Amino acid sequence: MSTLHFDYVVPGDDFTQAGAASSDVKRKLKKIGCSSDVIRRVAIAMYEGEINMVIHAGGGTAHVEIDPDKIYVALEDHGPGIKDVSKAMQEGWSTAPDNVRSLGFGAGMGLPNIKKYSDVLKIDTEVGKGTTLHMTVFTDRSKAGGD
Amino acid sequence: MTVRDVVQILKAEILAEGDLDVEVRTACGSDMMSDVLAFVKDQSVLLTGLTNPQVVRTAEMMDMHCIIFVRGKEVDDTILELAKEKDMTVLRTPYRMFTACGLLYTNGLSGGCDVT
Repeated sequence: MSTLHFDYVVPGDDFTQAGAASSDVKRKLKKIGCSSDVIRRVAIAMYEGEINMVIHAGGGTAHVEIDPDKIYVALEDHGPGIKDVSKAMQEGWSTAPDNVRSLGFGAGMGLPNIKKYSDVLKIDTEVGKGTTLHMTVFTDRSKAGGD
Repeated sequence: MTVRDVVQILKAEILAEGDLDVEVRTACGSDMMSDVLAFVKDQSVLLTGLTNPQVVRTAEMMDMHCIIFVRGKEVDDTILELAKEKDMTVLRTPYRMFTACGLLYTNGLSGGCDVT
């Protein structure tokens, strides 16, 4: 199988649409016969990232590459950037406003959860410019850390 | 138990019908989808009082079969349409969250997590 590429626009103005890209990727991975564990890890990590882009950055884009041995997802936004990445990686630390919490998100679990479910997570962020998350899930988890 | 049993135990109304005969063993109850995504593992039923489409998306990402809206919540058509698209069952129970969870637990559904 050669590498499959998919690109999505994540709209920032419609919370009801958040997660549509992750849902489509999940469907595609299922179709090509990925294991349920890999599908779930990719879907959750990407979904959390999508929600973050909608909550904090007014949307963005998602680029997905599916290889036989790994799935790579890049989520890019032009939002405010993350001031303190180490704090943002702590469970429970959140800058989300109350209205986001009333929607069931903003508990400060987004980035920690993305890290938990992906094998490799790289965060490029600049205050005032935006954030790109690079996440990789290996189809064989024993290869994690080799990238 | 099956989703059909859940309907009976919770005196629930079926708002969207997926596979009612699918076997379910564990459930979780939460209004915070962040927590569902972070802490839930292999649960197949989600009980919640939150009514927005992200409940369906969250359940979908977690491979859940059934969503139960507690305390007789009004559920928007966009939520039901999305659930139907995903072949998910959506139920509405008149019970409150605590009672609904308790009824399912005493009838054999577990939380699926151990505290050590």
